[in-house]
Amino acid sequence: MSPRHSSSLLIRHGRVLDPGRTTGATDVLIKDGKIAEVGRDLTVATGTDVMDAGGKWVWPGFVDLHVHLREPGFEYKETIPTGTAAAAAGGFTSICCMPNTNPVNDTKAVTEFILDRARMANSVHVFPIGAITKGSDGKELAEYGDLKSAGCVAVSDDGKPVMNGLVMRRALEYARAFDLPVVDHCECQHLFEGGVAHEGLVAAELGLQGIPSAAEDVMVARDIELAALTAGRLHVAHVSTAGSVRLIREAKARGLRVTAEACPHHFILTEEAIRDFNTNAKMNPPLRTPKDVEAIKAGLKDGTIDAIATDHAPHAVYEKQREFENAPFGIVGLETALGLSLLLVEEGVLTLEQMVRALTTGPASAFGLAKGTLSVGADADVVIVDPAAQWVVNPDTFRSKGRNTPFGGWKLKGQVVSTLVGGRAVYP
Amino acid sequence: MSLKRKDLLGTRDLSVEEINLILETADSFKEVSGRDIKKVPALRGKTVVNLFFEPSTRTRTSFELAAKRLSADVINFTPSSSSVMKGETLLDTASNIEAMSADFIVIRHSAAGAPNILARGLRASVINAGDGSHEHPTQALLDLFTLREKKRDIRGLKLAIVGDIAHSRVARSNIYALMKFGAEVRVAGPPTMIPCDMERLGVTVFYNLDEALTGVDVIMMLRLQIERQGIALFPSIREYATCYGLTQERLRLADPDVLVMHPGPINRGVEIAPEIADSAASVILDQVTNGVAVRMAVLYLLSGVK
Repeated sequence: MSPRHSSSLLIRHGRVLDPGRTTGATDVLIKDGKIAEVGRDLTVATGTDVMDAGGKWVWPGFVDLHVHLREPGFEYKETIPTGTAAAAAGGFTSICCMPNTNPVNDTKAVTEFILDRARMANSVHVFPIGAITKGSDGKELAEYGDLKSAGCVAVSDDGKPVMNGLVMRRALEYARAFDLPVVDHCECQHLFEGGVAHEGLVAAELGLQGIPSAAEDVMVARDIELAALTAGRLHVAHVSTAGSVRLIREAKARGLRVTAEACPHHFILTEEAIRDFNTNAKMNPPLRTPKDVEAIKAGLKDGTIDAIATDHAPHAVYEKQREFENAPFGIVGLETALGLSLLLVEEGVLTLEQMVRALTTGPASAFGLAKGTLSVGADADVVIVDPAAQWVVNPDTFRSKGRNTPFGGWKLKGQVVSTLVGGRAVYP
Repeated sequence: MSLKRKDLLGTRDLSVEEINLILETADSFKEVSGRDIKKVPALRGKTVVNLFFEPSTRTRTSFELAAKRLSADVINFTPSSSSVMKGETLLDTASNIEAMSADFIVIRHSAAGAPNILARGLRASVINAGDGSHEHPTQALLDLFTLREKKRDIRGLKLAIVGDIAHSRVARSNIYALMKFGAEVRVAGPPTMIPCDMERLGVTVFYNLDEALTGVDVIMMLRLQIERQGIALFPSIREYATCYGLTQERLRLADPDVLVMHPGPINRGVEIAPEIADSAASVILDQVTNGVAVRMAVLYLLSGVK
């Protein structure tokens, strides 16, 4: 660890927003990497470093529950240094990385490797997610006790839905012993063949094989009933359908331990984005219809959906140059998530506080992370945002190795000025 | 005269004027194929590469003859045995061919949108000769040409397209083109073969073939892809032929002057009764003849752009 150049830092003259906790504060005092005080016009000892945040928003650093760092195994797509740098540039200070690496993160050794690499990268906090099943092949449970003790915060076979209901039941049951949420990529793969886009008008016109909304709804419904059966903790990854939102809303009303996340692309874009076979708009779950977009927005507004997550999925340029049906699923998201989420505030869908909550305390509490807060004693993970700054998304300037975004050229408002982790600037 | 575009990727983005221009030009080229010396010098010195990633006899031969009758040099490139097996990407394969100064790349590929990749990445004119279940524009153009020849005006014609609509590029290209000309298009087949949201394209969907055929001027039968993998879309060929095959009795439900079309190759006794394929109502071989003229027109009209 590099030594901090000062043991205390005052961020002042900002507009501090810590969801549900403070209003009207302007200053945040950081001591020894922790939040020491939050208030107005704080007086500090001489010798304290001062950062002026006049006209800027001062928020807890964002928490992303769904990131693909690709390391180990796919370093040509992304590495832990480049992925964490992208996170810092996007205002994220804590990211959870999916286990679909090579080897799959289904053992303590892989988890420890990831955490070692994250320590060396010395950027944002990395929280590994272990596999639900060994090799993520949907058969035998991975060693959750070992994974948890090594540092995993959840389990998931992301990208591979747990098709066998009994395996999913056992996972939800067994994970209770370690209080780990089970994160499912809800997609019943028996309901379609070779699907690459939402089964709807655009896929019909382009002659692409569809993935019906029912494939997600059916699996969300199954998982919710299994959560009820087992009293396990279910987290639904990247909600993309109106049906899922409805089912999750009902599950929460029943008092089940169900949480959910949605990605910016699923509340901004529709299936129309794939016209002209744009592989940078190919992801799984696919972009769906305006009706689904509206349902996800409503779900974020009423708290049915706990978190905005990116599903940051970098791929090499040449992989996305393949034919639409042969190109890999996924887009990068860490560096555009804030600008896209702010569109919901501009539209009046969310208040600014609701949006910040969906990027901080919402995800943190879904996984039980002591993150996403400016409460006294918490790690000083802070993002400072210029609300007025306009910028144009230019994939060539991403910190991520991935260039695969459908948002290239978009004009967005709201730019990250600085990201602090433990009181230390990790961006710029 | 030329088309103000580099590529022909589908009928969906062609205007009525562009289609009219292609059909009128094809009309004059059809005469060439009837001559003793079936050749004009229009594309002398140009190179046409047939890049067929899927097996095809009819379409490839038709493009080859079209190019040769325009005096172009033609290369047939069958990648299945060469670079593709070595893991080269589609764009790299095509770029290499273009580097040998190809003026036209005619591509057939199993993936929808493959020609769009080449059109974006190459200077050569790209002609879609069928991409997955997406489009097969020259097939639709030759169908329109044949319809005009036999029925004069397409506006107001009642057409039924029958078979696996979901997986048919011929159906899509024809629907887009026919709708632009004001035809009344019906699609018929088992529900497993009709994509959702089909009505939003402006067609009428029928699951009962007798109802679909009643009073139609044209019947376009699609080939049943018996070789399709995966969970079957129908229980047996026997039942498919019974419910969705074109028989003499069903033909009588249509207009007395009905035309029967088929893009080939036909499965005799499955989607079409053998005696219908060989009857006076059938224009299946006219379609093939006209295909050469239409492809000559497309090559000729695209050559003016560069």
